[in-house]
Amino acid sequence: MADLSVSGSLRNRLALTLIGGAAVLAILLFFAVRNYAVQVAQQGQNDILQASVTSMLDAAVIRNNKVELDLPYSAFSMLATPADDQVFYAILQDGIHISGYDDLVFSAGVSGGNSIFETGKMRGVTIRKISASKTLIGANQRIEIQIVLAQTQDALSDTLDQISRNAAVLGIGFFALAAALSFWASSATIGQLGKLTSSVTRRGPQDLSPFSKPVPREMAPLVTSLNSLMGRLEQSLSQSEDFIVEAAHRVRTPLATVRSYAEATLQRVNKEENREAMRSMIKAIDESSRAAGQLLDHAMITFRADHLERQELDLVALAKELVLRLTPIADMKDLSLTLQGDSIVPYSGDFVLIQNAVRNLIDNAMKYSPAEGSIQVIVSAGPSPQITVCDRGPGFPNDEIETLTTRFQRGTNATNTIGSGLGLTIARDVAAAHGGKITLTNVQEGGACVTLSL
Amino acid sequence: MRNFIALGLILMCNASWAQNWEDRQQFNATDATTTLRIISSTDTNLFAPLIEAFVAQNPDVAIEYLVTGTADIDTRFRKTPKAFDIAISSAMDLQLKLTNDGYALPLKGVSHPAWAQWRQSLFGFTSEPAAIVINRAAFKGLPIPQSRQELIEALRARPDVFRNRVGTYDVRQSGLGYLFATQDARAFETFWRLMEVMGGLDVRLYCCSGDMIDDLIDGKIAVAYNVLGSYAQARAESQNVIKIILPSDFPTTMMRTALVSRSSQEPQAAERFIQFLVGYQSNPIESTRLLPPLNATENGVERATIALEPALMTFLDTLKRNNFLYEWENALIQN
Repeated sequence: MADLSVSGSLRNRLALTLIGGAAVLAILLFFAVRNYAVQVAQQGQNDILQASVTSMLDAAVIRNNKVELDLPYSAFSMLATPADDQVFYAILQDGIHISGYDDLVFSAGVSGGNSIFETGKMRGVTIRKISASKTLIGANQRIEIQIVLAQTQDALSDTLDQISRNAAVLGIGFFALAAALSFWASSATIGQLGKLTSSVTRRGPQDLSPFSKPVPREMAPLVTSLNSLMGRLEQSLSQSEDFIVEAAHRVRTPLATVRSYAEATLQRVNKEENREAMRSMIKAIDESSRAAGQLLDHAMITFRADHLERQELDLVALAKELVLRLTPIADMKDLSLTLQGDSIVPYSGDFVLIQNAVRNLIDNAMKYSPAEGSIQVIVSAGPSPQITVCDRGPGFPNDEIETLTTRFQRGTNATNTIGSGLGLTIARDVAAAHGGKITLTNVQEGGACVTLSL
Repeated sequence: MRNFIALGLILMCNASWAQNWEDRQQFNATDATTTLRIISSTDTNLFAPLIEAFVAQNPDVAIEYLVTGTADIDTRFRKTPKAFDIAISSAMDLQLKLTNDGYALPLKGVSHPAWAQWRQSLFGFTSEPAAIVINRAAFKGLPIPQSRQELIEALRARPDVFRNRVGTYDVRQSGLGYLFATQDARAFETFWRLMEVMGGLDVRLYCCSGDMIDDLIDGKIAVAYNVLGSYAQARAESQNVIKIILPSDFPTTMMRTALVSRSSQEPQAAERFIQFLVGYQSNPIESTRLLPPLNATENGVERATIALEPALMTFLDTLKRNNFLYEWENALIQN
């Protein structure tokens, strides 16, 4: 799990994408609103300038072969703005300035009837100006009256500032709302993954049943793959357990037969070398038989660990029974087997499993003890219920003390002793199934202890 | 050579500077470090209490107060905007055009109602109606006209009494007279008829309110039309000879306006002066004040105050002005 390389976060990526999108949209919104407002405001100013210049042109007449232009009061009056914008104008007759501001330039390209709007600078301020013209027809002449009218844009920029502020508030509000929604949406989406994760995590180590809770459509392929993976896993696990049980059974029974034949043959042969061969044979058969037994034990423990049958029991009684049963075998090897510790240690656990584990520990101890050695089984109630088995053997190699409980792992100093390497694994699995552990220690004056804490 | 020309220009400037002021007064000349040059159309005696109150509060500022006519203010100010810090005039149209043309400095620190200021640069500080002023003796035993229409009727009724005894501004010389006449022409249909009648009676034309009121008191004229009420008021209180009539069909009311030159050498002091000026003139209880206060209403009735807006420039248009003067001369100068 620690090796899993984590790159980025879906939730952050989703939230960032959404927030980034919201920011872009908010900025677009701001500029769109502002741009639209600029157009509307500018159109408003254009309309007023147009109306004013039209009323001025309407006032132009030819009287006595002379142009008269009686500016209407309303022409400038309608240009009054809250920001008191400045007004400039110029009146030209056939291109010659006759009244108004002579530094205001009439825009070329205006032909009768139309008008041209321009934005420019005059006396250091920005102005919007309109140029318009009108042809007056006299007795025997045509006169072109041209008017340029310009206004500063203070009121316009005031309005725009105000609209920009409002648009900014709108944009920020939109962004804040969208950001909040993004967080919520990404949390809700990732929440589904979180749910699946926690339901996977909550499962027991052996629970390989398929997920049946409804999941979002996008996660369905993942869950389907997961379910099919677990199905195959379960199948292959049960197949291999079945295989081991089957194999052990099939090996053990013929082995027993072979052993009894070998015993009988041993009684009959007299030649010392043949007897020696037979004894070796019997020893190998014993070892194989024991390994098959342990494989069976292990398979049983793997099965029972999921379905612990806890009952009230006394660990001392359990140990005593085992010691009694194994004493004859110990005697055969000239070993002394003693029980020590508290007189009664009550515990609620699976009798068969614990017995199996302790038997394997004692078995191991007997296997590695030198002749005439002593094996102590110590049962104690504190700090937690525990059973310790100590021998006078060679002890564990210090550098392997952590890995020895792994299945089929044997100590490097055990090559001369026959074994399957399953004993400690069985003890460990039993301890784990009861929520405990086993501890391996070497004793200073020689020998080793294995403690099964429950 | 260039130096000589410069010197000559300076001398010429000084020469023109020294000439032709109606009045010229220094206030607080001794202690001050800063001098504000104010060009104004308001008579010094009406303005003096305000200036004295200002220099009492601002001992570091001296004031040079230069008085000339409204049209002259416009001409001089346009010619040498650097020579003046503040322009005060009763010709709102000329002042507004000065502001529109960029001669005025916007003053951010002056707070003033929107209707009484333009571009935060031009500040109105009085409300003064144009009045009909009569010599009481000429109307003895007769009803006193209360409106322009009644004035026309009174003039028509006794042409022998009023011949050559009616006065008004010569709008060709007086900026204020032109403003009043154009606003009247715009707002009142009877204006041109009144002008015709006055023209028929050989009207006397005056450059300034002061002269007109002098002649009224002397009895040289019996009626003065569109006289500035404030000047007549200053005399009416002490004399029973004249009577001020505010036409009941809306008196045309103007505001005296002040602006600070954009080229002013002392913009801070000038802004302080404007702040003081509008505060002084807006204060409802200012006992030393001689000028009428800034007041949008008179006895609760809203006055037709000439609005500070670009439309004021309409009658300053060359074509329009020529047209108006042509009509005006036609009506008033008939012989």
